[in-house]
Amino acid sequence: MTILSRRTMFGAVAVAASLGFAGAAQAQAYPNKPITMFVAFAAGGPTDVIARIVSEHMSKTLGQQIVIENVAGAGGTTTTARVAAAAPDGYTLIMGQMGTHAAAPALYPNLKYNPITDFTPIGIAGITPIVIVTKKDFPANNLREFVAYLKANPGKVNQAHAGVGSTAFTTCVLLTAQIGVPKLNAVAYRGTGPALNDLVGGQVDFMCDQVTNLTPQILAGNIKAMGIATPARLPVLPNVPTTAEGGLPEYQISGWNGIFGPKGLPKDIQDKLVDALNKALEDPTTNKRLADLGTVIPNAQERAPAGMAAVLARDIALLDKPLRDSGAVGQ
Amino acid sequence: MDLFSNLALGFGVALSLKNLALCFTGCFIGTLIGVLPGVGPIATIAMLLPITFGIDPVGALIMLAGIYYGAQYGGSTTAILVNIPGEATSVVTTLDGHQMAKQGRAGVALGISAIGSFIAGSVATILIAALGAPLTRMALLFGPAEYFSLMVMGLCFAVVLARGSILKAIAMILLGLLFSTIGTDLETGQERMTFGFAPLSDGLDFAVLAMGIFGFAEVIKNLENPETRDVVRQKVGRLLPNLAEMKQSALPIVRGTFLGSALGILPGNGAVLGPFASYTLEKKLAKDSSRFGRGAIEGVAGPESANNAGAQTSFIPLLTLGIPPNAVMALMVGAMTIHGVIPGPQVMTKNPQLFWGMIASMWIGNLMLLIINLPLIGLWVKLLKVPYRLMFPAILLFCCIGIYSINNSPVDVAMTAFFGLFGYALIKFGFEPAPLLLGYVLGRLLEEKMRQALIISRGSFMTFVERPISAGLLAVAVVVLVVALLPSISKKRNVVFTE
Repeated sequence: MTILSRRTMFGAVAVAASLGFAGAAQAQAYPNKPITMFVAFAAGGPTDVIARIVSEHMSKTLGQQIVIENVAGAGGTTTTARVAAAAPDGYTLIMGQMGTHAAAPALYPNLKYNPITDFTPIGIAGITPIVIVTKKDFPANNLREFVAYLKANPGKVNQAHAGVGSTAFTTCVLLTAQIGVPKLNAVAYRGTGPALNDLVGGQVDFMCDQVTNLTPQILAGNIKAMGIATPARLPVLPNVPTTAEGGLPEYQISGWNGIFGPKGLPKDIQDKLVDALNKALEDPTTNKRLADLGTVIPNAQERAPAGMAAVLARDIALLDKPLRDSGAVGQ
Repeated sequence: MDLFSNLALGFGVALSLKNLALCFTGCFIGTLIGVLPGVGPIATIAMLLPITFGIDPVGALIMLAGIYYGAQYGGSTTAILVNIPGEATSVVTTLDGHQMAKQGRAGVALGISAIGSFIAGSVATILIAALGAPLTRMALLFGPAEYFSLMVMGLCFAVVLARGSILKAIAMILLGLLFSTIGTDLETGQERMTFGFAPLSDGLDFAVLAMGIFGFAEVIKNLENPETRDVVRQKVGRLLPNLAEMKQSALPIVRGTFLGSALGILPGNGAVLGPFASYTLEKKLAKDSSRFGRGAIEGVAGPESANNAGAQTSFIPLLTLGIPPNAVMALMVGAMTIHGVIPGPQVMTKNPQLFWGMIASMWIGNLMLLIINLPLIGLWVKLLKVPYRLMFPAILLFCCIGIYSINNSPVDVAMTAFFGLFGYALIKFGFEPAPLLLGYVLGRLLEEKMRQALIISRGSFMTFVERPISAGLLAVAVVVLVVALLPSISKKRNVVFTE
């Protein structure tokens, strides 16, 4: 952690030096105009919702409006590349997520950015645990039976996901790689909504996705939850056991959303943004709105730049091999 | 009697002064953006979302819903007046609606579409209130196989849409299907037919294609001989349909309402099929089907009712299940979550005020739209009197703003210009753009659903005939196709015999 922050410091000093006096003066006044926060997905999606809730409070702290701009395309990588190449003045930020930053390097061989070196991390804004769910009349009733059924019936089980590169896709690739049943029938849908629709309708057998999307259907009994991939049970789903309880402790994965700026963001701007993010997450109203969604509020370490960098590095390492082995390759 | 007490609760919420004002605001904005070509409800709702932060969730959702169905009312205005469909659902309205405008019956066309939309909206609202939950369970029976068969049926409708040569219509449908395969492959993530051009990696946008081959191409065509265009503006005629026209439209409105309602409930944007299905039905039922494409009022009344009914019933999966059936509804899910309402099956019991308040507001909103739209007809028709040299730059400007607002992308505007030239070439060679758009709209779903169905069935094509609903839909498709093709085959025979 110290190494990382020292490196960021060094970067900040270098940039400040290269920009000279003008840069320093501008940074002092930061922010003196509205800030654009890009969301690389459609408005109304999970990333967009978290960006809007967090940025609303951050705007109050910073004294300038944060404007959310949704520019979707190529699994979010086009917009992420655009932010990576933007001027590091603190007025262009992105609400990144596991897909655009941790999974993209393994999925897109021609990726135009390096998720670690091309960005200045601010901090994680929300963590969305992953839960494994099946249709309501699936033969298995818990994670042990589920894993046994998958192994006993190779090629018979259909898995739904929200498109190559989506969180539902990535986390399920990891699951099947860990269980050792890579040859599943994966059915791709255009987004979580249609996939979930067919799971509730019993057309497909199971999927993995963020609790935010699945909680209402689990509580209504429309689908069955096998296990949640977190160390402890979630308050919103107290009856859903963890993967460790279900005999699959190695399956630990969560979706996350975090704020990034382009590389070389001056240290004082980064500090202001980190401070604004912290204040937003500590604000009881903002905090409650995120928690109501089933989002886990990141701890003090995760919402700091070094903590997010560590999470990012961990997930890249975790997902790289399973994704490459899955044979799914974007352009 | 639960329904009545629930509706009473709903109207109690929706009739509060603040919610009435919000409903009116939403409907009014919706009408405006519907009228502006290219500016769709998706971009508008996304832009207005932050403004609703200060309002309570019920009020915010009432307003956002108003924008959505208000846009359906307004969308027909541009389709009728300037032959530009603002939405996939108003493509059909251009066929007879614009012809009516050319004959000086723009007011009648606008009037009947407003009245039809109101009746359809009212019926659909009652359907949502009374049968929302059971209808959702029925819609869940629709898996990928059923959906594929429904799309096949839809494509067979497209053949009937053709005004001229059936062969040319089929060629256009196939071209539309081909256009829909441009972009990243859903199953593998590979890019197809993008030629390494990054803006194509997510495929063509419907608005880019529609504004290009309808809007821009129409402008170029009109500029070719502005005299004929200026003849249109001299004839304004009556503003409202007379009794005979109302009688003619009554049954098409009823049929359109039920077709649109039924298709709107289906997951995956079945609502787009509603107007096409209604048009096909009316053309087949008409005593003299040759009037269609030349300003038949049934060809406006039916599809307009179907599109508004579908817009209303597509709220059913969102409200009862919490799963959005199309992009606008996905945005509504976002709006709900931002306002702290978790969409899902629990909304009905946990937030009855929101659920019933929204339903009641939909009926009120439809009434407001009728009141907003009828007086506006005079104004819209007067717009036709504006000289074309002043009109066309405005049309182009609004199209460009609208297209830019979808993805904030200048490339989209350039692509629209390209499709404008392409559309102009199509007009010159006598090809119809409507079947191309239908092929495009259905193509993506067709491919997606077919592949999903085949993965689930382990590659067995029998899945499409083994499942009863799917088999039924395919049977209808075959019947539609045979009925459509038979006259032209027999006609050719006659031609052969006379020679």
